[in-house]
This record gives sequence, structure tokens and C-alpha cells, in this order.
Amino acid sequence: MSDILELPKAIEEGLHRINPSTSRRNFLKSSGALVISFSAGAIPGPGTLAAASDADPALMVGPYPDPDYRQLDTWIVIHPDNTATFFVGKTDGGQGTGTAFRQMMCDELDIAYDKTSLIMGRTDITPDQGGSGGSDAIERDGWPMRRVAAEARRVLLELAAEDFAVPVERLVVSNATITVGSEPAMSVTYAELVGGKRFDISLNGENVDATRGLANVKPVNQLRVVGQSLQRYDIPAKVDGSLIWAVDVKLPGMLHARNVRPPLAGAVVSGIDEASVADLPGFVRVVRRGNYVAVVCEREEQAIRAARQLRVDWERPADPPFPASDELFVYMRRATPTTISEPDIQGDPSAAFAAADQVVVAEYEVPFQGHTAIGPAHALADPSDGQMTIYSNDMKSYRLRNGVAEFLDMPRDQVRVVYMDGPQVYGRTAADDAGFEAAFLAHELGRPVRVQWTREEETAWDTKGPAYVFKLRGGLDAGGKVTALEYDACAADFNHVGYNEPDTVLIAQLMGRRPETPAAGSAATPSLMYGISNRRTTTRVVGLPLVWETPLRTGNLRDPNGPQVTFAFESFIDELAAAAHIDPVVFRLDMLSNSDEDDVFRRARSIAVVKAAAGAYGWNTRPSPQTPAAQTHGGQKLLTGRGIAYTYRNRTIAATIAEVEVDRQTGRVWAKRLVCAHDCGLVVNPGGLRNTIECGMLHALSRALWEEVRFDTEKVTSVNWQSHPTLRHSDTPESIDIVLVNGDPSPDRSDLAPYGAGETSHKPLIAAVANAIHDATGVRLRRLPFRPERVLAALRTAGVSTS
Amino acid sequence: MSIVTLHINDATHEVDVDPSTPLLYVLRNDLGLRGPRFGCGIGQCGTCIVIVDGVAVRSCVVPASRVRGQITTLEGLSADGTLDPVQQAWIDEQVPQCGYCHNGQIMTAKALLDRNPDPTDAEIREAMDGALCRCMTYYRIQAAIKRVVQQPMADARDTNAAIAEEVAE
Repeated sequence: MSDILELPKAIEEGLHRINPSTSRRNFLKSSGALVISFSAGAIPGPGTLAAASDADPALMVGPYPDPDYRQLDTWIVIHPDNTATFFVGKTDGGQGTGTAFRQMMCDELDIAYDKTSLIMGRTDITPDQGGSGGSDAIERDGWPMRRVAAEARRVLLELAAEDFAVPVERLVVSNATITVGSEPAMSVTYAELVGGKRFDISLNGENVDATRGLANVKPVNQLRVVGQSLQRYDIPAKVDGSLIWAVDVKLPGMLHARNVRPPLAGAVVSGIDEASVADLPGFVRVVRRGNYVAVVCEREEQAIRAARQLRVDWERPADPPFPASDELFVYMRRATPTTISEPDIQGDPSAAFAAADQVVVAEYEVPFQGHTAIGPAHALADPSDGQMTIYSNDMKSYRLRNGVAEFLDMPRDQVRVVYMDGPQVYGRTAADDAGFEAAFLAHELGRPVRVQWTREEETAWDTKGPAYVFKLRGGLDAGGKVTALEYDACAADFNHVGYNEPDTVLIAQLMGRRPETPAAGSAATPSLMYGISNRRTTTRVVGLPLVWETPLRTGNLRDPNGPQVTFAFESFIDELAAAAHIDPVVFRLDMLSNSDEDDVFRRARSIAVVKAAAGAYGWNTRPSPQTPAAQTHGGQKLLTGRGIAYTYRNRTIAATIAEVEVDRQTGRVWAKRLVCAHDCGLVVNPGGLRNTIECGMLHALSRALWEEVRFDTEKVTSVNWQSHPTLRHSDTPESIDIVLVNGDPSPDRSDLAPYGAGETSHKPLIAAVANAIHDATGVRLRRLPFRPERVLAALRTAGVSTS
Repeated sequence: MSIVTLHINDATHEVDVDPSTPLLYVLRNDLGLRGPRFGCGIGQCGTCIVIVDGVAVRSCVVPASRVRGQITTLEGLSADGTLDPVQQAWIDEQVPQCGYCHNGQIMTAKALLDRNPDPTDAEIREAMDGALCRCMTYYRIQAAIKRVVQQPMADARDTNAAIAEEVAE
């Protein structure tokens, strides 16, 4: 069985549905959309071509030119059985965006959802929409999909009008069938008009995001499939074991590789004893370029053994690569910044502070946090026929294609990436290290090579969310109004890696292939909606001593800076509310009403969201904390409190309330109840949205309670699920309530737009938990994560009885 | 290499492998099974779980040659073409995000419910605690398990079909 190539059902089905009896070769050649480059179940293996008799070898082996987004045929194929396949340049990390794309396109095309399928992220057959990232799937990339589907419907109507010799206005469309309104006998299906044939319609748009034809999208009140909680099409195959993931693809003659990483950060290879593994069964080769070392074997378990057994002499670096994690924040405060921003000053903060009745100052610390995907990085690359095909779960498959082509010095159209499902992405596979490594090794060995990272390797060497140190200062007047705010952020984000760049992915760094200057990185500022007249905002970036080849390289981790910044900012807002003895919800609503910022009606929508969260929770108005720390003696073992945090991300708004139980004796924090009110405009799939919001919150809860990348002065020491704990079943809240809000002043307007939802709920949760812990205990935790030992220490320091 | 005999999903297989090879790689690479997946290789995450004689076993740390009993993989739960109630509940509750770990989640839940068909919330949390999910679908997983406990089989429904009817009207 192992030499059967396996492709995912969705791809197979999409390919199958093109009727071989139609002129496939002409269809492909003239459409510009290489809809089929191999037939289902038959793909060129090493040195072989597909067995399928109707396949065109010239098309199968490449080159793979970019599908032309300006051709309708690139996006939509109508099949002879009156079904349709949609081709989109996106990927779905498990938030159900694929289902949502289909829903949006079905509505515009007027076809039943179950008569459609979707192919995503395959660089040779889907238009380059950039893959995933930035929660832009529905907000930005759904628009060209809707417009091209609307255009297809328009073209079909015109064809029918011509057939029936009636004006288009007399036609009605339902479920891919067009009928002359007054004469139901006169009807024609989409398939009868174009099934298996090309539309041959050019589209406009100076870039893929602007793609459009002549048709307009439907007004919201005519959408029927959008707004339904359709079940995700990918879930059944994920629960019955039939889905073929990127980890499952097998090719004849494929080899297995494992990397051998520097045991100490910054160590240099001084010698390799290939004889230490040469006699192992299945051994094929040791590959070394600079400090990149890999072993390649015939079988997977052989590669695992060889990687463990290979003797490599590593030279310890002269200088420590970084401070120990316990010293990180001291280091960051002292380090000379690599970048300092110009202070952003609004009003007269100095005068406002001088006149303030009360000044509150607080500092917050966030350690490096990792992706630590449940499945370590992996990819399979096939170098057959002078091309390079990479089977990968890269969320940005197009960038992987571009990056690998440059890395291997191959023409871009000889490289393609077949995107397939994989473990969670959240930015990790925007720098798809394994994809580059597999392609490099396949190129070297001339055979398909599968690379699989180990758990230790993934946890230690994946990209990290930047560590932060914040200092905030706020002035309150006698009435408890915030009159001045200073925000200073320092991020350890120097040399933040980009998206699949051939000179910043890990293999390139280890080989010594680098850009002239490291990326500047950034320190972010809060999403500020509150009406505060006098403000001073400063940011700076610092670097660690080891800039390249470091396991502490920063990259994008779900809402890359939002959770850190919002933890500090919304904790501090709570500190100001407490100093003013004002209820935290009332305090926020007051400042929101004073806001003069109202893009996309953000002020009204924010107020609606905060009120909805408070309403759903059953919030009773009172200041926090409920009991000052010093008075929290004896009595109950579990202290209960609630906290709110609010934020927005681009156009989407969220307010989260956490209710926590703090165990006074163990320091364990349990977020017993979570409430999130969320406004992302038009909702495409309410059920899918709720699940995304829920899991986004719990991902942040894991970052709040457990996650920290720890290291000594030589290496990362968080390397598995014991040394890098994560949220578990036992931490799961007892209840989660999600309220979908439409706070638009004209909620029923016909052009209501959908906004992104992949990251917003992830952003305020940490602060809500911190605020709830403060409410419960009177103790303010200003350093993540809130592991039991840290909570217990903070309780003791504050004088809370822990016995 | 030596011949290892394995009883998997009601079939018997003989595989010629190094006897120390973890069961996971034999299932995946030699027998073409895709349910169990690699997550850690050290028995910490549960992504590779199979059921051996009713017990959830981490196939990444068990040498293939040491497995004597009947092995059930995710595929085996619905071998007759009918989804196991646990699998159906996973669809009804739309449990997965990426879904990569859900082999382990489903198999752990299956082993739990087979030995204790009516677990308390605390028992669910305890039994499931070793199955990690980095998309954080824990709440949905627990809801799906409770669904199996509360409404075995009867309430399986096809939401999409219901919605399609509604849309058509």
C-alpha cells in the first residue's frame, strides 16, 4: 500500500468532475486555468508519468504557470452533471473558511451548496490570493469570490436569454436552473449551457483582490446560503479517518529525512562522523550545508534512529546566544534598542499628568510564546521530471512556491505547492521550514523526500511570538476620568522572520544564506478607542545577542502582537478603573462614549458589544476588586471573581468576560465561565463563527495560564508537553457563551460587509482573566503566564492567606 | 527485520520490520492507515492513540512486535460504513478546528465510553486530560461526549440537509 499516491478527496473529486469526453486538452490549454494537471489517483511519480490514458503528459509534468485570475474559468468550472467546482487561492486552518467560501459563492451563483466543491491553495490550479493570514479570508478575499460567482451567473443568464430569445429580465434562476418566468416549461440548466465547457470570459481588476466582472454582488437581504450554520464539509473525513492529510502522501521511491539541530544555539558544525550511521539499515545519506544537517533513510524509523545516532561535533559559540529566560525582562529593559519609534503625542500629556488628581503606573511582562503545533512541521517534495512539487500544509502556499523556486534557483513555473490539511497554522506555516527542507533534500537526492520534525525540534525551534515589556502611566481627575495616558512598549522582535523568504527560513539561516540586514521587527501599540485627550505613545524593539540561527526567532503567532499588547493595555485600564473606584464596564463605556473615532461605526458597535457581553454575563455594577487583598483571609479555599476586557482588530470588535476561581492554597486558576460578545459585521456561518471565537478564546487562555518558552543561556529548555505545558481538558471552562452582535447603526443595510474573525477573540481574553484574578483576590498579576506557582507567590507577597 | 503479526480492525497483517519499530510507523507507513498520526513520539499528546483490547494506547511508543491484542484504529470505528456514535457526535457538535489531534480525542473518548457509558463531567475531564489539542477544541469535545452519553444514536441529524430544505423554501 505504501507506494500508492494518495490525494485528498476534495482534489480528486474536483478533478473527476471534469468530463473527459469534453475536449479537456483544449479546455486546459485555452482557458489559462490548468484545472487538471493530472487525473485523479494518477500523478507522475519519480521518472514515471500518470497511467491515466486521457492525461496529457505535457500538462502533467509542468511547467505550472500562474492561473490567470482575470479568467472566469480559473475560478469556476460548471460540470456536465450541473455541479460546480470553485477554485480559490486560500487555505483553511480549521476555522471553516472553506465552507464559508462555498456559501458565499453558492449564493452569488445561485446553486445549491451540496452541488459544489472547493479546491484551495494549489499553486498550479487556483489563483494566487496569498493563502491565509491576517483574518482576511472573509473580509478581503471573499469579495473577489463573490464577484466572480455573480459574474458567472450573469453570463449564464445571458446565454439562456439568447437561447430562449427573451430578455434577461424575464428569466428566473433557482438551483443552477434558469427558467423563463412566465413559462416554466422553458428551462435550462447551467450544465446545459456551459457544462464541461469554458466560460471564456475575461475579468477586470488590477490585482486579484480587485477581480470583478460586470455583475454586482447581491444585496444582503437576497443571500440565502450565507447566514446558515452549514456543517463544515471537511469534518466527516476528519472524524472517520478517510481524509488524506499532507502527512499522509506517499510516493513511490520516497525517502524519509530527519534534521539534526545544533544542540546549543549558535553552535557551529566542526565535524561529522558519517561512519557512525553508515552501517545502519536503510541509511541513504547525510546532507550538510553549513550548520544545516539532515540524515536521509529509506524508512521513517530508520531516519529517526540515524538522526539520534549521527555523531556531529558542534563548536560552542564564544558568547552566550541569549540571557536565560529568568533574566529576559531585565535584559530587555537594559538593552540598547535596535529601533526607537518617534513618540506619538496627542494633546499635552505632561500638563495633564501635572494636573492629575491621581497617577497610576504599572509594568507588564510577556515572555516568548511559541506556536508548538500539535503536529510538528512536515512536508514531502517530489523532484520528478525536473519539476518540484511540494505537498504541504503551508497556509501561504504561493509564497512557499516562490521562496523555494528562488532558494533552489529554479524557474518559478517549475515549482508547485499542493496545499493539504495539516495541524494548526496560526502563522507557523507562513515560514514553512519543512517545505524548504524537503525541497532542498529532494533536489539533492533526486528522489522524493519527506521531512518530519520531531516534537523537541518543533517546540524549541518553531517561530515565537515576541516577548514584551510594557510601562503604562495614567492620570485620573478627581471624578475618576482618565485625563492622560502614557504607553511604552519594548518588544524582543528584532529580525522577525517573513513569509517563506528564501533567506530567512531556518534552513537558509543555518546555511548562512541571509539578507544584508535583519528585519527591523516591531513593537505594537494598543487598538485605542477610548476618548483620552492627552496621550504619549512610545515603542522600541530590542534584539537578543544571537540574531541568526536562533531558536528564539520571532514570527507571526495568531494576532502577532495583539494578545501581548491587549493584556497590558486592558489590564491597565482595569487598574485605572480600580483606582477610580468605578465599575470596569461603566468605566469603559464612559470612555467609549467620549471617543471621536468612528470608522466603520466602531464607536457604536463597541458600545453595543460591551453592553452585550455584560448583559449575557449578568454583570452587576460594582468596582473591583470585590475584596482587597489584605482582607482575603481564611474562609473559602476558592476565590471567585470576574473581569472584562474589550478590544477591536481591524473592523471586528470583541468584549470578553472571564469568571475565574483562584485556589488560594495551590494558586491554580480555573476560568470557570467565559462570555464573548463579538461583532464582525455580516455573519456567513454563525455556527462556524462561534466555534472559531470559542477556540480563539481558549487558545488565549492557554497563553494566559500556561505558555512560556523557557531557556538557559545556551538553549531552549521548553521542548515537550511537560517542559512546555499547554491548556488541557481539565482546564476547560464549565460554560462558554458567545453573543453575535450586529451593532451597525443600520443593521439591515444591503451592503453590510463581513469582517475577519480568526483572531479578534484571541486578543482580549488574557486581560479578562488577569482582571478576574484581581477581582477575586485583590492581587494584580502583571507577568504571563499565570501558572500556579506564580499566582501563589503573588498571593503571598500581597498578604493573601494561602493556608 | 522480522515478521510481526498484527490484528487490526478485524484483519490480520504480517509485516516485515525491525521489531523495535513503533506501532505508529507500521500502521501508517506499512499498512496505509491514516487515523493515528505523529504528534510527539514520546507518548505525551495522544495524537497517535489506537485502542488495544479496549485500552487507549499511544502507538508512538509501543514497539510493533510487543502488541498482542486486537488493535482498533479510527478507521475501524466505522469499518461497516456506519459511523460510531462518538464520530457522529463529533460531526453534530462540529468539534474539530484543524482536526489533526482528533484521532486521539475520538479514540480516548471511545475507550472511556466503552468502559463507562455514563461518565460524570469530572470523569470526562480526567479521562480526556492526556489528549492534547492545540486548536483548543476541548469544550466542543466535552460537549460531544456528553451528547453521546445523553442521546445515544437517536438524535443523529443532518443539519445541512435540513438547512438545504429551508433554503429551498
